[in-house]
Amino acid sequence: MDITFENVTYIYQQNTPFAHKAIDDLSFQIKSGSYVAIIGHTGSGKSTLIQHLNGLAIPTEGKVSIGSYHLSKEEKPKDMKELRSKVGVVFQYPEHQLFEETVAKDIAFGPQNFGVSEAEIQNRINEITSAVGLDESLLERSPFDLSGGQMRRVAIAGVLAVKPDVLVLDEPTAGLDPRGQKEIMDMFYKLHQDQGLTTILVTHSMEDALKYADHVLILNKGTKYMEGSPEEVFSQKEALQRVQLDVPEIVQFLDEFQERFGTSIPFKKQSVKELAEAIQQQIKGAEST
Amino acid sequence: MNNTLIIGQYVPGDSIVHRLDPRTKITIIFFFVFIVFFANNVAGYSLLTVFALTCMLTSKVPIRFIIKGLTPVWFLIVFTFILHLFVTKEGTVILDFWIFEFYSGGVVQGFAISIRFFLLILVTSLLTLTTTPIEITDAIEDMLHPLKRFKFPVHELALMMSISLRFIPTLMQETDKISKAQASRGVDFRTGPIRERIKAIVPLLVPLFVSAFKRAEELAMAMEARGYQGGEGRSKLRELKIEKRDIFVLILFILVVAGLILARMYG
Ligand SMILES: Nc1ncnc2c1ncn2[C@@H]1O[C@H](COP(=O)(O)OP(=O)(O)O)[C@@H](O)[C@H]1O
Ligand SMILES: [Mg+2]
Repeated sequence: MDITFENVTYIYQQNTPFAHKAIDDLSFQIKSGSYVAIIGHTGSGKSTLIQHLNGLAIPTEGKVSIGSYHLSKEEKPKDMKELRSKVGVVFQYPEHQLFEETVAKDIAFGPQNFGVSEAEIQNRINEITSAVGLDESLLERSPFDLSGGQMRRVAIAGVLAVKPDVLVLDEPTAGLDPRGQKEIMDMFYKLHQDQGLTTILVTHSMEDALKYADHVLILNKGTKYMEGSPEEVFSQKEALQRVQLDVPEIVQFLDEFQERFGTSIPFKKQSVKELAEAIQQQIKGAEST
Repeated sequence: MNNTLIIGQYVPGDSIVHRLDPRTKITIIFFFVFIVFFANNVAGYSLLTVFALTCMLTSKVPIRFIIKGLTPVWFLIVFTFILHLFVTKEGTVILDFWIFEFYSGGVVQGFAISIRFFLLILVTSLLTLTTTPIEITDAIEDMLHPLKRFKFPVHELALMMSISLRFIPTLMQETDKISKAQASRGVDFRTGPIRERIKAIVPLLVPLFVSAFKRAEELAMAMEARGYQGGEGRSKLRELKIEKRDIFVLILFILVVAGLILARMYG
Protein backbone atom coordinates (compact mmCIF):
# COMPACT_ATOMS: atom_id res chain seq x y z
CA MET A 1 0.00 0.00 0.00
CA ASP A 2 1.30 3.44 -0.88
CA ILE A 3 1.59 5.78 2.07
CA THR A 4 1.36 9.55 1.83
CA PHE A 5 1.74 12.28 4.42
CA GLU A 6 0.46 15.68 3.31
CA ASN A 7 1.38 18.63 5.51
CA VAL A 8 0.77 16.63 8.66
CA THR A 9 0.94 18.38 12.00
CA TYR A 10 0.27 16.60 15.27
CA ILE A 11 -0.17 18.37 18.60
CA TYR A 12 -0.34 16.50 21.89
CA GLN A 13 -2.81 17.87 24.46
CA GLN A 14 -4.05 20.58 22.18
CA ASN A 15 -5.77 23.57 23.82
CA THR A 16 -4.08 23.11 27.16
CA PRO A 17 -1.01 24.79 28.63
CA PHE A 18 0.78 21.49 27.93
CA ALA A 19 0.18 21.56 24.19
CA HIS A 20 3.17 20.14 22.38
CA LYS A 21 3.76 20.02 18.65
CA ALA A 22 5.37 16.66 17.99
CA ILE A 23 5.04 16.72 14.19
CA ASP A 24 5.21 19.91 12.23
CA ASP A 25 4.03 20.23 8.63
CA LEU A 26 5.51 16.94 7.48
CA SER A 27 5.07 15.63 3.94
CA PHE A 28 6.56 12.55 2.30
CA GLN A 29 5.65 9.46 0.31
CA ILE A 30 6.38 5.79 0.71
CA LYS A 31 5.92 3.52 -2.28
CA SER A 32 4.27 0.17 -1.83
CA GLY A 33 6.84 -2.54 -1.31
CA SER A 34 9.68 -0.30 -0.24
CA TYR A 35 11.75 -0.56 2.92
CA VAL A 36 12.01 2.83 4.59
CA ALA A 37 14.20 3.73 7.55
CA ILE A 38 13.12 6.63 9.75
CA ILE A 39 15.95 8.11 11.75
CA GLY A 40 16.07 10.96 14.20
CA HIS A 41 17.23 12.05 17.59
CA THR A 42 15.15 11.04 20.64
CA GLY A 43 12.04 13.20 20.74
CA SER A 44 12.13 14.04 17.05
CA GLY A 45 8.65 12.57 16.59
CA LYS A 46 9.36 9.14 15.14
CA SER A 47 7.01 7.23 17.41
CA THR A 48 4.30 9.84 16.95
CA LEU A 49 4.70 9.57 13.18
CA ILE A 50 4.21 5.82 13.08
CA GLN A 51 1.05 6.03 15.20
CA HIS A 52 -0.53 7.76 12.22
CA LEU A 53 0.00 4.68 10.09
CA ASN A 54 -2.74 2.64 11.75
CA GLY A 55 -4.99 5.38 13.02
CA LEU A 56 -3.82 5.48 16.65
CA ALA A 57 -3.12 9.15 16.05
CA ILE A 58 -5.23 11.31 13.77
CA PRO A 59 -3.43 14.33 12.27
CA THR A 60 -4.25 17.62 13.98
CA GLU A 61 -3.73 19.25 10.58
CA GLY A 62 -3.12 17.70 7.19
CA LYS A 63 -3.84 14.29 5.80
CA VAL A 64 -2.40 10.78 5.91
CA SER A 65 -3.27 8.18 3.30
CA ILE A 66 -2.50 4.48 3.60
CA GLY A 67 -3.65 2.77 0.44
CA SER A 68 -7.34 3.61 0.19
CA TYR A 69 -7.65 4.66 3.85
CA HIS A 70 -7.58 8.36 4.58
CA LEU A 71 -6.98 9.95 7.95
CA SER A 72 -7.56 13.61 8.63
CA LYS A 73 -9.55 15.82 10.95
CA GLU A 74 -12.53 15.57 8.62
CA GLU A 75 -12.23 12.03 7.41
CA LYS A 76 -11.65 8.82 9.33
CA PRO A 77 -11.93 5.29 7.97
CA LYS A 78 -15.25 3.68 8.84
CA ASP A 79 -13.54 0.44 9.64
CA MET A 80 -10.45 1.21 11.68
CA LYS A 81 -10.07 -2.46 12.56
CA GLU A 82 -9.64 -3.36 8.91
CA LEU A 83 -6.85 -0.81 8.61
CA ARG A 84 -5.20 -2.22 11.71
CA SER A 85 -5.30 -5.74 10.30
CA LYS A 86 -3.37 -4.47 7.27
CA VAL A 87 -0.80 -2.38 9.13
CA GLY A 88 1.07 -4.33 11.79
CA VAL A 89 3.01 -2.33 14.36
CA VAL A 90 5.82 -3.67 16.51
CA PHE A 91 6.16 -1.04 19.23
CA GLN A 92 9.21 -0.15 21.23
CA TYR A 93 9.68 -2.90 23.83
CA PRO A 94 6.76 -4.92 22.46
CA GLU A 95 7.19 -7.54 25.19
CA HIS A 96 5.26 -5.19 27.48
CA GLN A 97 2.11 -6.07 25.59
CA LEU A 98 2.17 -9.78 26.48
CA PHE A 99 -0.66 -10.85 28.75
CA GLU A 100 -1.94 -14.33 27.92
CA GLU A 101 -1.41 -17.50 29.91
CA THR A 102 0.58 -19.21 27.19
CA VAL A 103 2.81 -18.13 24.36
CA ALA A 104 0.52 -19.79 21.80
CA LYS A 105 -2.54 -17.90 23.09
CA ASP A 106 -0.70 -14.61 23.00
CA ILE A 107 0.38 -15.14 19.41
CA ALA A 108 -3.20 -16.11 18.51
CA PHE A 109 -4.67 -13.00 20.15
CA GLY A 110 -4.27 -10.66 17.19
CA PRO A 111 -5.54 -13.01 14.47
CA GLN A 112 -8.53 -13.92 16.68
CA ASN A 113 -9.48 -10.29 17.05
CA PHE A 114 -9.34 -9.88 13.30
CA GLY A 115 -11.53 -12.91 12.73
CA VAL A 116 -9.03 -15.43 11.35
CA SER A 117 -10.28 -19.03 11.59
CA GLU A 118 -8.86 -21.32 14.31
CA ALA A 119 -7.39 -23.77 11.81
CA GLU A 120 -5.64 -20.97 9.95
CA ILE A 121 -4.36 -19.54 13.25
CA GLN A 122 -2.80 -22.90 14.11
CA ASN A 123 -1.02 -22.93 10.76
CA ARG A 124 0.26 -19.44 11.25
CA ILE A 125 1.50 -20.12 14.78
CA ASN A 126 3.57 -23.06 13.58
CA GLU A 127 4.94 -21.16 10.64
CA ILE A 128 5.76 -18.01 12.58
CA THR A 129 7.32 -19.52 15.67
CA SER A 130 10.00 -21.08 13.54
CA ALA A 131 10.39 -17.89 11.48
CA VAL A 132 11.10 -15.78 14.57
CA GLY A 133 13.38 -18.45 15.98
CA LEU A 134 11.27 -19.66 18.89
CA ASP A 135 11.40 -23.26 19.98
CA GLU A 136 8.08 -25.09 19.71
CA SER A 137 8.43 -26.39 23.25
CA LEU A 138 7.89 -22.83 24.45
CA LEU A 139 4.38 -22.55 22.99
CA GLU A 140 2.64 -23.90 26.08
CA ARG A 141 4.80 -21.95 28.54
CA SER A 142 3.77 -18.70 30.18
CA PRO A 143 5.27 -15.74 28.31
CA PHE A 144 6.32 -14.28 31.66
CA ASP A 145 8.71 -17.17 32.32
CA LEU A 146 10.77 -16.48 29.22
CA SER A 147 13.98 -14.54 28.81
CA GLY A 148 13.82 -10.96 27.56
CA GLY A 149 14.93 -11.97 24.08
CA GLN A 150 12.36 -14.75 23.86
CA MET A 151 9.59 -12.45 25.07
CA ARG A 152 10.51 -10.00 22.34
CA ARG A 153 10.22 -12.75 19.74
CA VAL A 154 6.84 -13.83 21.07
CA ALA A 155 5.56 -10.27 20.87
CA ILE A 156 6.87 -9.90 17.32
CA ALA A 157 5.27 -13.22 16.38
CA GLY A 158 1.98 -11.88 17.74
CA VAL A 159 2.12 -9.00 15.27
CA LEU A 160 3.31 -11.09 12.33
CA ALA A 161 0.56 -13.66 12.90
CA VAL A 162 -1.94 -11.08 11.64
CA LYS A 163 -0.14 -11.13 8.27
CA PRO A 164 -0.15 -7.40 7.66
CA ASP A 165 0.69 -5.81 4.30
CA VAL A 166 2.57 -2.99 5.95
CA LEU A 167 4.98 -3.75 8.77
CA VAL A 168 5.95 -0.91 11.07
CA LEU A 169 8.89 -1.48 13.42
CA ASP A 170 9.72 0.97 16.19
CA GLU A 171 13.27 0.24 17.29
CA PRO A 172 12.49 -3.48 17.27
CA THR A 173 15.88 -4.64 18.50
CA ALA A 174 16.57 -2.07 21.23
CA GLY A 175 18.10 -3.75 24.25
CA LEU A 176 18.85 -7.10 22.61
CA ASP A 177 22.25 -8.74 22.34
CA PRO A 178 24.06 -8.14 19.02
CA ARG A 179 23.44 -11.63 17.74
CA GLY A 180 19.72 -11.46 18.54
CA GLN A 181 19.57 -8.06 16.86
CA LYS A 182 21.01 -9.42 13.66
CA GLU A 183 18.79 -12.50 13.67
CA ILE A 184 15.66 -10.44 14.10
CA MET A 185 16.61 -7.82 11.53
CA ASP A 186 17.47 -10.53 9.00
CA MET A 187 14.15 -12.22 9.72
CA PHE A 188 12.26 -8.99 9.02
CA TYR A 189 14.20 -8.48 5.82
CA LYS A 190 13.42 -11.97 4.62
CA LEU A 191 9.71 -11.44 5.31
CA HIS A 192 9.89 -8.10 3.55
CA GLN A 193 11.25 -9.75 0.42
CA ASP A 194 9.29 -13.02 0.48
CA GLN A 195 5.91 -11.47 1.12
CA GLY A 196 6.36 -8.18 -0.66
CA LEU A 197 5.71 -6.17 2.50
CA THR A 198 6.04 -2.44 2.84
CA THR A 199 8.38 -2.05 5.79
CA ILE A 200 8.93 1.03 7.89
CA LEU A 201 11.77 0.81 10.35
CA VAL A 202 12.41 3.35 13.07
CA THR A 203 16.00 2.93 14.15
CA HIS A 204 19.02 4.52 15.75
CA SER A 205 21.32 2.16 13.91
CA MET A 206 22.80 3.70 10.76
CA GLU A 207 24.23 0.29 9.94
CA ASP A 208 20.77 -1.28 9.83
CA ALA A 209 19.40 1.61 7.80
CA LEU A 210 22.23 1.27 5.30
CA LYS A 211 21.98 -2.50 5.14
CA TYR A 212 18.24 -2.97 4.74
CA ALA A 213 16.51 0.24 3.68
CA ASP A 214 16.07 1.51 0.17
CA HIS A 215 14.85 4.90 1.33
CA VAL A 216 15.84 6.97 4.36
CA LEU A 217 13.92 9.74 6.10
CA ILE A 218 15.67 11.88 8.68
CA LEU A 219 13.47 13.69 11.19
CA ASN A 220 14.47 16.64 13.32
CA LYS A 221 12.11 18.33 15.78
CA GLY A 222 9.05 16.95 14.03
CA THR A 223 10.04 18.10 10.56
CA LYS A 224 11.69 16.40 7.63
CA TYR A 225 15.39 17.15 7.72
CA MET A 226 16.63 14.94 4.87
CA GLU A 227 15.22 12.29 2.60
CA GLY A 228 16.63 10.07 -0.10
CA SER A 229 18.43 6.84 -0.86
CA PRO A 230 20.87 5.63 1.82
CA GLU A 231 23.80 6.58 -0.47
CA GLU A 232 22.56 10.15 -0.82
CA VAL A 233 21.72 10.68 2.81
CA PHE A 234 24.71 9.03 4.39
CA SER A 235 27.27 10.79 2.23
CA GLN A 236 26.29 14.07 3.89
CA LYS A 237 28.25 13.68 7.06
CA GLU A 238 28.24 17.32 8.16
CA ALA A 239 24.49 17.72 7.75
CA LEU A 240 23.88 14.59 9.81
CA GLN A 241 26.24 15.64 12.55
CA ARG A 242 24.39 18.93 12.84
CA VAL A 243 21.41 16.98 14.19
CA GLN A 244 23.55 14.74 16.40
CA LEU A 245 23.47 11.77 14.06
CA ASP A 246 26.38 9.64 13.01
CA VAL A 247 27.16 8.13 9.66
CA PRO A 248 27.60 4.39 9.12
CA GLU A 249 31.03 3.01 9.88
CA ILE A 250 31.85 2.51 6.24
CA VAL A 251 31.26 6.17 5.43
CA GLN A 252 33.35 7.15 8.40
CA PHE A 253 36.04 4.85 7.10
CA LEU A 254 36.00 6.33 3.59
CA ASP A 255 36.24 9.77 5.10
CA GLU A 256 39.30 8.91 7.13
CA PHE A 257 40.79 7.06 4.20
CA GLN A 258 40.61 10.19 2.14
CA GLU A 259 42.18 12.25 4.91
CA ARG A 260 45.11 9.85 5.26
CA PHE A 261 45.79 9.02 1.63
CA GLY A 262 44.51 12.09 -0.11
CA THR A 263 42.54 10.08 -2.63
CA SER A 264 38.83 9.52 -2.39
CA ILE A 265 36.68 6.51 -3.04
CA PRO A 266 33.08 7.56 -3.64
CA PHE A 267 30.50 5.93 -1.37
CA LYS A 268 28.25 3.62 -3.37
CA LYS A 269 26.95 1.24 -0.70
CA GLN A 270 29.85 -1.11 -1.35
CA SER A 271 30.24 -4.34 0.55
CA VAL A 272 33.41 -4.80 2.60
CA LYS A 273 34.81 -7.01 -0.14
CA GLU A 274 34.13 -4.49 -2.90
CA LEU A 275 35.67 -1.81 -0.77
CA ALA A 276 38.80 -3.86 -0.16
CA GLU A 277 39.15 -4.34 -3.90
CA ALA A 278 38.69 -0.65 -4.58
CA ILE A 279 41.35 0.21 -2.04
CA GLN A 280 43.70 -2.37 -3.46
CA GLN A 281 43.34 -0.79 -6.92
CA GLN A 282 43.95 2.67 -5.54
CA ILE A 283 47.10 1.56 -3.78
CA LYS A 284 48.34 -0.36 -6.80
CA GLY A 285 47.62 2.64 -8.94
CA ALA A 286 49.62 4.81 -6.56
CA GLU A 287 52.57 2.40 -6.62
CA SER A 288 52.73 2.09 -10.40
CA THR A 289 52.99 5.85 -10.91
CA MET B 1 -6.32 10.03 26.45
CA ASN B 2 -3.69 12.27 24.92
CA ASN B 3 -6.00 15.19 24.93
CA THR B 4 -7.67 14.80 28.29
CA LEU B 5 -6.40 16.28 31.48
CA ILE B 6 -6.62 15.42 35.10
CA ILE B 7 -8.73 17.90 37.01
CA GLY B 8 -6.48 20.23 38.92
CA GLN B 9 -3.28 19.03 37.29
CA TYR B 10 -0.40 21.33 38.26
CA VAL B 11 0.11 24.26 35.90
CA PRO B 12 3.61 25.68 36.24
CA GLY B 13 3.89 29.40 36.96
CA ASP B 14 5.52 31.86 39.30
CA SER B 15 2.66 33.94 40.59
CA ILE B 16 2.50 34.76 44.28
CA VAL B 17 -0.04 31.95 44.68
CA HIS B 18 2.46 29.51 43.20
CA ARG B 19 5.26 30.75 45.42
CA LEU B 20 3.38 30.66 48.71
CA ASP B 21 4.55 28.05 51.16
CA PRO B 22 2.37 24.97 50.60
CA ARG B 23 1.64 24.89 54.34
CA THR B 24 0.16 28.36 54.10
CA LYS B 25 -2.05 27.27 51.26
CA ILE B 26 -3.18 24.10 52.97
CA THR B 27 -3.92 25.93 56.23
CA ILE B 28 -5.97 28.55 54.45
CA ILE B 29 -7.92 25.96 52.53
CA PHE B 30 -8.50 23.90 55.64
CA PHE B 31 -10.12 26.84 57.39
CA PHE B 32 -11.80 28.06 54.24
CA VAL B 33 -13.73 24.78 54.05
CA PHE B 34 -15.18 25.54 57.50
CA ILE B 35 -15.94 29.19 57.10
CA VAL B 36 -17.76 28.61 53.84
CA PHE B 37 -20.45 27.01 55.97
CA PHE B 38 -20.32 29.93 58.35
CA ALA B 39 -21.52 32.48 55.81
CA ASN B 40 -25.23 33.10 56.02
CA ASN B 41 -25.93 36.34 54.22
CA VAL B 42 -25.14 38.29 51.07
CA ALA B 43 -22.28 40.20 52.69
CA GLY B 44 -20.64 36.98 53.89
CA TYR B 45 -20.94 35.21 50.56
CA SER B 46 -19.68 38.23 48.67
CA LEU B 47 -16.64 38.46 50.89
CA LEU B 48 -15.77 34.81 50.34
CA THR B 49 -16.41 35.04 46.62
CA VAL B 50 -14.19 38.10 46.31
CA PHE B 51 -11.47 36.30 48.23
CA ALA B 52 -11.67 33.17 46.06
CA LEU B 53 -11.79 35.13 42.81
CA THR B 54 -8.83 37.26 43.89
CA CYS B 55 -6.82 34.13 44.54
CA MET B 56 -7.85 32.79 41.17
CA LEU B 57 -6.86 35.95 39.31
CA THR B 58 -3.52 36.39 41.08
CA SER B 59 -2.62 32.76 40.35
CA LYS B 60 -2.58 33.64 36.63
CA VAL B 61 -3.77 30.15 35.75
CA PRO B 62 -5.66 30.56 32.46
CA ILE B 63 -9.36 30.96 33.28
CA ARG B 64 -10.32 28.74 30.36
CA PHE B 65 -8.33 26.04 32.03
CA ILE B 66 -9.96 26.46 35.43
CA ILE B 67 -13.40 26.34 33.88
CA LYS B 68 -12.46 23.18 32.02
CA GLY B 69 -11.37 21.62 35.29
CA LEU B 70 -14.72 22.53 36.82
CA THR B 71 -16.79 21.03 33.99
CA PRO B 72 -17.52 17.73 35.71
CA VAL B 73 -18.85 19.51 38.80
CA TRP B 74 -21.00 22.10 37.02
CA PHE B 75 -23.61 19.42 36.73
CA LEU B 76 -23.55 18.81 40.47
CA ILE B 77 -23.88 22.49 41.21
CA VAL B 78 -26.83 22.98 38.90
CA PHE B 79 -28.44 19.80 40.16
CA THR B 80 -28.24 20.94 43.82
CA PHE B 81 -29.75 24.25 42.86
CA ILE B 82 -32.71 22.62 41.11
CA LEU B 83 -33.20 20.15 43.93
CA HIS B 84 -33.49 22.96 46.43
CA LEU B 85 -35.87 24.77 44.19
CA PHE B 86 -38.26 21.84 44.32
CA VAL B 87 -38.00 20.60 47.87
CA THR B 88 -37.58 23.72 50.04
CA LYS B 89 -40.90 25.04 51.26
CA GLU B 90 -39.91 28.22 53.06
CA GLY B 91 -40.65 31.89 52.52
CA THR B 92 -43.32 33.09 50.15
CA VAL B 93 -44.60 31.41 47.02
CA ILE B 94 -43.06 33.22 44.07
CA LEU B 95 -44.26 31.02 41.27
CA ASP B 96 -47.16 28.62 41.03
CA PHE B 97 -46.83 26.34 38.05
CA TRP B 98 -49.00 23.32 37.39
CA ILE B 99 -48.57 21.06 40.47
CA PHE B 100 -45.38 22.81 41.62
CA GLU B 101 -45.06 25.77 43.92
CA PHE B 102 -41.73 27.53 44.02
CA TYR B 103 -40.87 29.32 47.25
CA SER B 104 -38.50 32.25 47.60
CA GLY B 105 -36.70 30.24 50.29
CA GLY B 106 -35.90 27.59 47.72
CA VAL B 107 -34.22 30.06 45.41
CA VAL B 108 -32.18 31.55 48.24
CA GLN B 109 -31.22 28.17 49.67
CA GLY B 110 -30.38 26.74 46.28
CA PHE B 111 -28.26 29.71 45.46
CA ALA B 112 -26.42 29.60 48.78
CA ILE B 113 -25.61 25.91 48.52
CA SER B 114 -24.47 26.20 44.92
CA ILE B 115 -22.20 29.12 45.78
CA ARG B 116 -20.69 27.12 48.64
CA PHE B 117 -20.07 24.20 46.35
CA PHE B 118 -18.53 26.38 43.71
CA LEU B 119 -16.24 28.17 46.17
CA LEU B 120 -15.06 24.95 47.77
CA ILE B 121 -14.19 23.37 44.46
CA LEU B 122 -12.60 26.51 43.08
CA VAL B 123 -10.33 26.98 46.07
CA THR B 124 -9.31 23.35 46.42
CA SER B 125 -8.58 23.02 42.73
CA LEU B 126 -6.51 26.20 42.95
CA LEU B 127 -4.34 24.40 45.48
CA THR B 128 -3.55 21.52 43.15
CA LEU B 129 -3.31 23.80 40.13
CA THR B 130 -0.59 25.92 41.73
CA THR B 131 1.22 23.43 43.97
CA THR B 132 3.25 20.45 42.81
CA PRO B 133 2.23 17.15 44.38
CA ILE B 134 5.67 16.93 45.97
CA GLU B 135 5.18 20.28 47.71
CA ILE B 136 1.82 19.13 49.03
CA THR B 137 3.36 15.95 50.35
CA ASP B 138 6.20 17.83 52.03
CA ALA B 139 3.71 20.18 53.64
CA ILE B 140 1.55 17.34 54.90
CA GLU B 141 4.53 15.54 56.34
CA ASP B 142 5.61 18.71 58.09
CA MET B 143 2.18 19.52 59.42
CA LEU B 144 1.54 16.00 60.70
CA HIS B 145 4.91 15.95 62.41
CA PRO B 146 3.47 16.41 65.93
CA LEU B 147 1.63 13.09 65.52
CA LYS B 148 4.97 11.31 65.53
CA ARG B 149 4.89 11.37 69.29
CA PHE B 150 1.94 9.00 69.15
CA LYS B 151 3.85 6.56 66.95
CA PHE B 152 1.95 7.67 63.87
CA PRO B 153 4.11 6.74 60.83
CA VAL B 154 4.21 10.25 59.38
CA HIS B 155 7.33 9.82 57.29
CA GLU B 156 6.24 6.50 55.83
CA LEU B 157 2.87 7.95 54.97
CA ALA B 158 4.50 10.87 53.19
CA LEU B 159 6.86 8.53 51.39
CA MET B 160 3.96 6.40 50.22
CA MET B 161 2.17 9.47 49.01
CA SER B 162 5.12 10.83 47.12
CA ILE B 163 5.89 7.49 45.52
CA SER B 164 2.29 7.10 44.37
CA LEU B 165 2.23 10.64 43.05
CA ARG B 166 5.52 10.13 41.31
CA PHE B 167 4.20 7.08 39.50
CA ILE B 168 0.81 8.37 38.43
CA PRO B 169 2.16 9.95 35.22
CA THR B 170 4.27 6.86 34.56
CA LEU B 171 1.25 4.66 34.98
CA MET B 172 -0.78 6.86 32.66
CA GLN B 173 1.94 6.74 30.02
CA GLU B 174 2.10 3.01 30.39
CA THR B 175 -1.66 2.70 30.05
CA ASP B 176 -1.54 4.81 26.93
CA LYS B 177 1.25 2.76 25.46
CA ILE B 178 -0.26 -0.64 26.17
CA SER B 179 -3.74 0.32 25.06
CA LYS B 180 -2.25 1.52 21.78
CA ALA B 181 -0.33 -1.73 21.39
CA GLN B 182 -3.45 -3.82 22.04
CA ALA B 183 -5.58 -1.60 19.81
CA SER B 184 -3.07 -2.35 17.07
CA ARG B 185 -3.71 -6.03 17.69
CA GLY B 186 -7.39 -5.49 17.06
CA VAL B 187 -8.75 -4.80 20.54
CA ASP B 188 -11.64 -2.37 20.46
CA PHE B 189 -11.97 -0.43 23.73
CA ARG B 190 -14.58 1.99 22.45
CA THR B 191 -17.39 0.16 20.70
CA GLY B 192 -19.19 -3.14 20.91
CA PRO B 193 -21.36 -4.76 23.58
CA ILE B 194 -20.46 -4.10 27.25
CA ARG B 195 -19.44 -7.71 27.80
CA GLU B 196 -16.90 -7.48 25.00
CA ARG B 197 -15.58 -4.19 26.24
CA ILE B 198 -15.06 -5.54 29.75
CA LYS B 199 -13.19 -8.46 28.26
CA ALA B 200 -11.06 -5.98 26.34
CA ILE B 201 -9.73 -4.62 29.64
CA VAL B 202 -7.88 -7.82 30.52
CA PRO B 203 -5.12 -7.36 27.91
CA LEU B 204 -4.65 -3.88 29.31
CA LEU B 205 -4.69 -4.66 33.03
CA VAL B 206 -2.43 -7.70 33.06
CA PRO B 207 0.58 -5.93 31.51
CA LEU B 208 -0.05 -2.90 33.72
CA PHE B 209 0.05 -4.97 36.89
CA VAL B 210 3.08 -6.90 35.73
CA SER B 211 5.01 -3.72 35.08
CA ALA B 212 3.82 -2.03 38.28
CA PHE B 213 5.09 -4.93 40.38
CA LYS B 214 8.33 -5.00 38.49
CA ARG B 215 8.74 -1.26 39.05
CA ALA B 216 8.02 -1.56 42.75
CA GLU B 217 10.63 -4.27 43.10
CA GLU B 218 13.22 -2.25 41.21
CA LEU B 219 12.48 0.87 43.23
CA ALA B 220 12.80 -0.99 46.53
CA MET B 221 16.09 -2.45 45.38
CA ALA B 222 17.42 0.91 44.24
CA MET B 223 16.43 2.58 47.51
CA GLU B 224 18.08 -0.10 49.53
CA ALA B 225 21.21 0.03 47.40
CA ARG B 226 21.46 3.72 48.14
CA GLY B 227 21.19 3.13 51.85
CA TYR B 228 17.65 4.31 52.48
CA GLN B 229 16.51 3.44 55.99
CA GLY B 230 13.53 5.53 56.87
CA GLY B 231 13.00 9.04 58.14
CA GLU B 232 15.22 9.03 61.27
CA GLY B 233 18.01 11.57 60.97
CA ARG B 234 17.33 12.15 57.28
CA SER B 235 17.77 15.73 56.09
CA LYS B 236 15.63 17.25 53.40
CA LEU B 237 16.42 18.30 49.87
CA ARG B 238 13.63 20.85 49.79
CA GLU B 239 13.28 22.89 52.98
CA LEU B 240 9.96 24.62 53.47
CA LYS B 241 10.29 28.23 54.55
CA ILE B 242 7.73 30.78 55.67
CA GLU B 243 8.36 34.08 53.88
CA LYS B 244 6.98 37.57 54.31
CA ARG B 245 4.40 36.89 51.63
CA ASP B 246 3.06 33.95 53.65
CA ILE B 247 2.58 36.15 56.71
CA PHE B 248 0.94 38.78 54.54
CA VAL B 249 -1.51 36.34 52.98
CA LEU B 250 -2.31 34.74 56.33
CA ILE B 251 -3.11 38.15 57.82
CA LEU B 252 -5.28 38.89 54.82
CA PHE B 253 -7.11 35.66 55.37
CA ILE B 254 -7.62 36.38 59.06
CA LEU B 255 -9.13 39.71 58.06
CA VAL B 256 -11.52 37.90 55.72
CA VAL B 257 -12.53 35.57 58.56
CA ALA B 258 -13.03 38.54 60.89
CA GLY B 259 -15.09 40.29 58.22
CA LEU B 260 -17.20 37.20 57.88
CA ILE B 261 -17.87 37.05 61.62
CA LEU B 262 -18.85 40.71 61.59
CA ALA B 263 -21.13 40.10 58.62
CA ARG B 264 -22.81 37.25 60.47
CA MET B 265 -23.26 39.24 63.68
CA TYR B 266 -24.51 42.46 62.15
CA GLY B 267 -25.73 41.31 58.73
N1 LIG C 1 1.54 11.12 25.04
C1 LIG C 1 2.26 12.25 24.90
N2 LIG C 1 1.83 13.42 25.44
C2 LIG C 1 2.54 14.55 25.29
N3 LIG C 1 3.68 14.66 24.61
C3 LIG C 1 4.18 13.54 24.05
C4 LIG C 1 3.50 12.28 24.16
N4 LIG C 1 4.22 11.36 23.49
C5 LIG C 1 5.31 12.00 23.00
N5 LIG C 1 5.28 13.30 23.31
C6 LIG C 1 6.29 14.32 22.94
O1 LIG C 1 6.34 14.41 21.53
C7 LIG C 1 7.68 14.52 21.08
C8 LIG C 1 7.98 13.41 20.10
O2 LIG C 1 7.95 12.18 20.78
P1 LIG C 1 8.16 10.78 20.07
O3 LIG C 1 7.28 10.72 18.89
O4 LIG C 1 8.00 9.73 21.11
O5 LIG C 1 9.68 10.89 19.62
P2 LIG C 1 10.75 9.76 19.28
O6 LIG C 1 10.01 8.47 19.09
O7 LIG C 1 11.39 10.27 18.04
O8 LIG C 1 11.70 9.71 20.42
C9 LIG C 1 8.56 14.49 22.32
O9 LIG C 1 8.94 15.80 22.61
C10 LIG C 1 7.66 13.92 23.38
O10 LIG C 1 7.98 14.47 24.63
MG1 LIG D 1 10.23 6.63 20.08
